Amino acid sequence: EWSLCVCVCVCGPGVRGLSSSSGPRVCIVGGGPAGFYTAQQLLKNTAVDIYERLPVPFGLVRFGVAPDHPEVKNVINTFTQTGQHERCSFHGNVNVGKDVTIDELRQAYHAVVLSYGAEGNRSMGIPGEGLPGVFSAKDFVGWYNGLPSNKELHPDLSFETAVILGQGNVALDVARILLAPVEMLKETDITQNALEALAGSKVRRVLIVGRRGPLQIACTIKELREMVNLPNTRADMLPADFEGIAEALKDLPRPRKRLTELMMKAVKEGGDDKAEKCWGFRFFRSPVEVLAGADGKRATGIRLALNKLEGSGESARAEVTGQLEDVDCGLIISSIGYKSIPIDPAVPFDPRRAIVPNEMGRVQDTAGLYCSGWVKRGPTGVIATTMNDSFDTARVLIQDMEAGKLDLSVNKPGAQAITALLQTRGVRAVLFSQWEKINAAEEKRGKSLGKAREKLLDVDEMLKIAWS
Amino acid sequence: MLAQQDSMAFRKCVQVLLRSSLAPLCHPGSTRAHPRFLHTVPRLCSQSQPNGSSGSKVLVHFVNQSGVKSSVFVTEGETLLDVVIKKNLDISGFGACEGTLACSTCHLIFEESVYDKLEPMVDEEVDMLDLAYGLTKTSRLGCQVTVERWMDGMTVHVPQEIKDQRGKQEAMRSK
Repeated sequence: EWSLCVCVCVCGPGVRGLSSSSGPRVCIVGGGPAGFYTAQQLLKNTAVDIYERLPVPFGLVRFGVAPDHPEVKNVINTFTQTGQHERCSFHGNVNVGKDVTIDELRQAYHAVVLSYGAEGNRSMGIPGEGLPGVFSAKDFVGWYNGLPSNKELHPDLSFETAVILGQGNVALDVARILLAPVEMLKETDITQNALEALAGSKVRRVLIVGRRGPLQIACTIKELREMVNLPNTRADMLPADFEGIAEALKDLPRPRKRLTELMMKAVKEGGDDKAEKCWGFRFFRSPVEVLAGADGKRATGIRLALNKLEGSGESARAEVTGQLEDVDCGLIISSIGYKSIPIDPAVPFDPRRAIVPNEMGRVQDTAGLYCSGWVKRGPTGVIATTMNDSFDTARVLIQDMEAGKLDLSVNKPGAQAITALLQTRGVRAVLFSQWEKINAAEEKRGKSLGKAREKLLDVDEMLKIAWS
Repeated sequence: MLAQQDSMAFRKCVQVLLRSSLAPLCHPGSTRAHPRFLHTVPRLCSQSQPNGSSGSKVLVHFVNQSGVKSSVFVTEGETLLDVVIKKNLDISGFGACEGTLACSTCHLIFEESVYDKLEPMVDEEVDMLDLAYGLTKTSRLGCQVTVERWMDGMTVHVPQEIKDQRGKQEAMRSK
């Protein structure tokens, strides 16, 4: 079966890669920032193919970064250069693990890099979590960012209070999008249906809940500043949560100090009394149950356990006190972390840490298999973190090539073989130039709506345009 | 007699100095500046200017993560991020957000004497710099520093590792 595929390739367009010295061939699974940054570094030494499940590239840069943070998406420009590189070949619409296996990729390439990120989310693990009205931040963000699998989310925004569990930057993004004036969003690439839902939203109060205290908060100052500066919104904090904080300020390193000072300022000043909307942090609280209304049909509140802090600083722990507090709310968003999942049984996976076990990017016990980004280190960090991590993996891979750890004397057929294999399975890839047609269509649709772009929400629509 | 290029450079420098009140004393047609101003012309005018591009050329030395030094002539008015991009300097991952204060990958370390003379930072720059790996007392974001003549001959260092602290903080917390 293998040699049959190769023979078919010879008849196909172009014989690139089938000459006796085709050079090293590497493929990357996952077309998000990790995939593209890894490719960028590898391209200096080898041809690189990127396999991506969706027809469109860029992963969380497209589906995770908030619509009102377009500057963070500037990395798409450098990724586009990579995608257009003559030695780089993007294959969208290919589901690795389902359409093609990791073993099949390893046969076709000298090395395979897993950069498929974290498509799952950590669950709170509490009763009522599955009730209507409860969403993971991953899904909520995917909804307003046009992730096809979240297009039917239809969050009910007719309740006054929303509670977000978690206090990282994703939690603040969600809070900001819920409370931002529509004027701030209407020219961005937020999806039209999300924009319309938010325009009709009755949400006026957002509480952002964390297990520990103000000095352990995970968000960063830029995002906090944006909350503090939100028009028509005031801060609603509990002074009791901040006991002892002012005294601790002087010993804090500058970044933590400035962040805490900004929070204290928000506590003290509160903001415009006439503001129609409010937001606030609630500290020392853990969710223990989602409460349903009398009919038991949807979430109407959340039960929180009050904690006390043991220890201090980054390693402080939340301990239960036994006290409980109920908060009425109709929208609950859990923002406690993304989570990687195993995509192929042939790849080692650590279910406790939810990562692919590795040593500096070399997958454990599996020669020729590497990983980069969140699937390697866990789902935290910003694009720049992933960038450096991807560069590290690429360097290790190149080192291994140069040290003879990968047998480059063997010719590998690369994409020609995989494409032929996929064809027998009825799968056709979307090439980078075809993604660019989708891109142009989205920009055009956006223009008529006065927006940066109007994302296509339907995979079939994307494919139709790509292959037109 | 000054060479054609040098005289153009000289004329430009003098024009800039005399722009406001003394303009009539120095006009494009003249190849001889008023001797009274010769000693007030900064030394950079003696630098040769490659093919008449506008703005003075300033010499800047970049030392990258591996300690490799690149010396380049840059145009006044460009930011140090512009310089790294235009001159294609070998600094991996520099300027990810393209100068929009949304990352810290253009973090550069300055000599103290230069740092002290830079324009003060806006909150948004400090916000991003606070997350930069290897932050020093003379750190700035390259996208916020505009090249000026007085920087001629300065050396800037790329920190040993360009990383954004947000990942580190969160990684530590998740343990």
